[in-house]
Amino acid sequence: MTQADDSMQAGTAADGTVPAIELKGISKAFGPVQANKDISIRVMPGTIHGIIGENGAGKSTLMSILYGFYKADAGEIWINGKQVQIPDSQAAIAAGIGMVFQHFKLVENFTVLENVVLGAEDSALLMPSLSRARRELKQLAEEYELNVEPDAKIEDIGVGMQQRVEILKALYRGADILILDEPTGVLTPAEADHLFRILEGLKAQGKTIILITHKLREIMDITDTVSVMRRGEMTATVKTAETNPTELAELMVGRKVLLQVEKDVAKPGARVLEVKDLHVTDDKGVERVKGVSFDVRAGEIVGIAGVAGNGQSELLEVLGGYEKARGTILVNGEPIDLTGAKSDGRSRRRRGIAHVPEDRQREGLIMDFAAWENVAFGYHDDPKYNRGILTDNAAIRADTEAKMKRFDVRPPNPALPAKSFSGGNQQKIVVAREIERNPDLLLVGQPTRGVDIGAIEFIHQQIVALRDEGKAVLLVSVELDEIMSLSDRIVVMFDGRIMGERLPSETDARELGLLMAGITDTDRPHDAAEVEAQLARAGGSAAKEV
Amino acid sequence: MQKMPAWAEVILVPLISLILAAFISALVILAIGENPWEALKLMVQGALGSTYGWGYTLYYATNFVFTGLAVAIAIHARLFNIGGEGQAMLGGVGVALVCLYMPWPHWTLALVAASLGAALAGAAWAAIPAFLQAKRGSHIVITTIMFNFIAAALLNYLLVGPMKPTGSMEPATTTFQPGTHLPTFQEMFSFGDQVLFRGTPANVSFFVAIAACVALWALIWRTRLGYEIRAFGHSEPAAKYAGINPTRIIMITMLISGGLAGMMAINNVMGEAERLVLNATEGAGFIGIAVALMGRSHPFGVFLAAILFGFLYQGGAELAFWTTIPRELIVVIQALVILFTGALDQMVRGPLERVFFAMRRPPKPDPRKVRTEATE
Repeated sequence: MTQADDSMQAGTAADGTVPAIELKGISKAFGPVQANKDISIRVMPGTIHGIIGENGAGKSTLMSILYGFYKADAGEIWINGKQVQIPDSQAAIAAGIGMVFQHFKLVENFTVLENVVLGAEDSALLMPSLSRARRELKQLAEEYELNVEPDAKIEDIGVGMQQRVEILKALYRGADILILDEPTGVLTPAEADHLFRILEGLKAQGKTIILITHKLREIMDITDTVSVMRRGEMTATVKTAETNPTELAELMVGRKVLLQVEKDVAKPGARVLEVKDLHVTDDKGVERVKGVSFDVRAGEIVGIAGVAGNGQSELLEVLGGYEKARGTILVNGEPIDLTGAKSDGRSRRRRGIAHVPEDRQREGLIMDFAAWENVAFGYHDDPKYNRGILTDNAAIRADTEAKMKRFDVRPPNPALPAKSFSGGNQQKIVVAREIERNPDLLLVGQPTRGVDIGAIEFIHQQIVALRDEGKAVLLVSVELDEIMSLSDRIVVMFDGRIMGERLPSETDARELGLLMAGITDTDRPHDAAEVEAQLARAGGSAAKEV
Repeated sequence: MQKMPAWAEVILVPLISLILAAFISALVILAIGENPWEALKLMVQGALGSTYGWGYTLYYATNFVFTGLAVAIAIHARLFNIGGEGQAMLGGVGVALVCLYMPWPHWTLALVAASLGAALAGAAWAAIPAFLQAKRGSHIVITTIMFNFIAAALLNYLLVGPMKPTGSMEPATTTFQPGTHLPTFQEMFSFGDQVLFRGTPANVSFFVAIAACVALWALIWRTRLGYEIRAFGHSEPAAKYAGINPTRIIMITMLISGGLAGMMAINNVMGEAERLVLNATEGAGFIGIAVALMGRSHPFGVFLAAILFGFLYQGGAELAFWTTIPRELIVVIQALVILFTGALDQMVRGPLERVFFAMRRPPKPDPRKVRTEATE
């Protein structure tokens, strides 16, 4: 890629500064899998450098090497012009590297202050460290718009603020280089904007930031330079200003991809699903769904938008038959059992409901089972999979092979255990199993979470195809882009209630984002702090979910 | 991450564990001044060197097959049934009830009835912990342990009370009805003057144990129920998603498990003692745990492991008989085998996996890479 070389040369030559981070020829193999192949990258100080790539492209491995979690098989790490060894995360911190993980590493029942100090106490006594941290926190908050409440407990604050605590933790330890791994996965658009402002502020103060993401929009919005990884290799490093999303997507996948779902206007028919005044209370007695009513018609996709943990998951679980509820649900005009013996997955499937669950690894698949065993999962009672009292394993295998071919699952080997497929191929197995049942109603939860771009495109096409056959689809996703491009109607949930219903053509990310934060008077201008406060008010419950 | 080939997992890991256990045992024997090589020869000779030895080895193995299968099927549903001992005791009561009070015209009928009685009694004993687990969330490890003690107490009560013949001083039932005598290997395999398996307790229930292995294999891997049991064992949330009822699976699995443990009684109570005595199980219920772990919860693995433990039991008895090696040391050797094959097998697996990685290290040239270069 000559383009990449040019820009990198230009980066160094222009002002002659030393790169904040330089990786030279990093390679790392896990058994026979080459996770990183001869990767070289330069990150200039005071820039935001994006690393983009599909799942399994090796981004996280590379950052784990930089942060001392893995040891590279070959290659050198240079920080500010000096070669360093990073055997563990202590060494990384000492080298001025801080990392904000996708899944926060915070102690839930500690305060913000205690979490910041944890592991960085200067003495046996806690008080001096805490008061020093309080002063520094105040200073950092003013400097970077990193406002947090030092004495609030983690479990009581929203996800956005928890993430800021993670950033503060890194800064408190003196990080000059900040790595963020998929930081916006759990944030509303408003919170993401706030995060980006913080990152801009950090950059202005001369900090170097590496942003790992799979969202092209974020790369375009905030980074200065972007490196693309594919199958363990760095395929390109380009200046963000000189590229565009289509080109980046192509570099990531290695072929042309459609970023927008192509679909005709929906032709809604009869009501397939009617939900009336549904209430769900969880094991702890907390009401998670508070009187929800909506319907889904044949031939349309209804998307439920919302920040994770606002009742969407419970709603899907009730519809899927493994959570009890109060209220009424009609499928094709007939009520379904919400509490009794027929409120289980088996009965739901008999009523023509298929379900792609939110968490395919926990629910949708048995990771240790072979692909063919997973294809029968939930439908193992089907006569075509059985011969008398015995299962007809040959028939299931044959069916799996056919499904794998139609859904382009790779490798197309029914005998491999589910865990050895990539996220996208795992999801294809689940989607194939559920869609090919030709259900009246398809429930889809987070269909593309952890799925690579190529597979996203395919899965979206399959869902639209099912809709075009006149089936009803209920989509739950925390990815607003996905909701907006796939849905024919959008319902926004917040704190177990429906905040509003919009047509994708008549709304935008800003309005939906406000609705997702529980703010219904969307015409008035709102600032991030208000959204934040509103989200925090919805309770730590929402935050803890994620 | 790619794992090592299946054959290494199934054969090499237990084999290396076994060799390690044997090695440590040899050191212990050396330390007390005996010759480990001689000891090993004695054990092999005593347990496998004659039909007499085999007669005992297979008798013990039969017990361990039943209790091992009981633990194995429960493990498939991620239930740890360590109540095999108590369930086997109750199985003895079931056998005794069938064999004491009814005259049986032929042993085959008696065997069928006694198997049913044993399985029902064992299953009933497992049903209570199963119910408590499924409905109340009481941990099955705790409840099944406690039920072992209750079973022992119950057996004690029955054998000094209701089931003891009047006038007898011994806590045991009378000898069973003559029609319930099971053919021993001696009766089955001796022809003319050639007497094989002389005086040994191995009997026809060994073949019932083999049949149980085959049946359980089919149940686990060839039926919907087995599929649901395994699915539940791997992931309860997934099982719920698929509409598999956890309560139903826990109950059914534990009933099968308890039933299998109970069926051990057709070997030791009906086949050998021909009456019910105190402590008839002799710890076979606990050995079943080691057998299931070593056999990787696979019925055929359980069978092989049961033979191994039968060998250790019989070989150990011979060792104690012929040498100054005390009986307690035999228990040490058995414990070492359990320790290495059951508890410590990760210790063997880790290094072995690395060896296999190292052997595969030079990877094939990546065809995708070639393609990328070609497009440039």
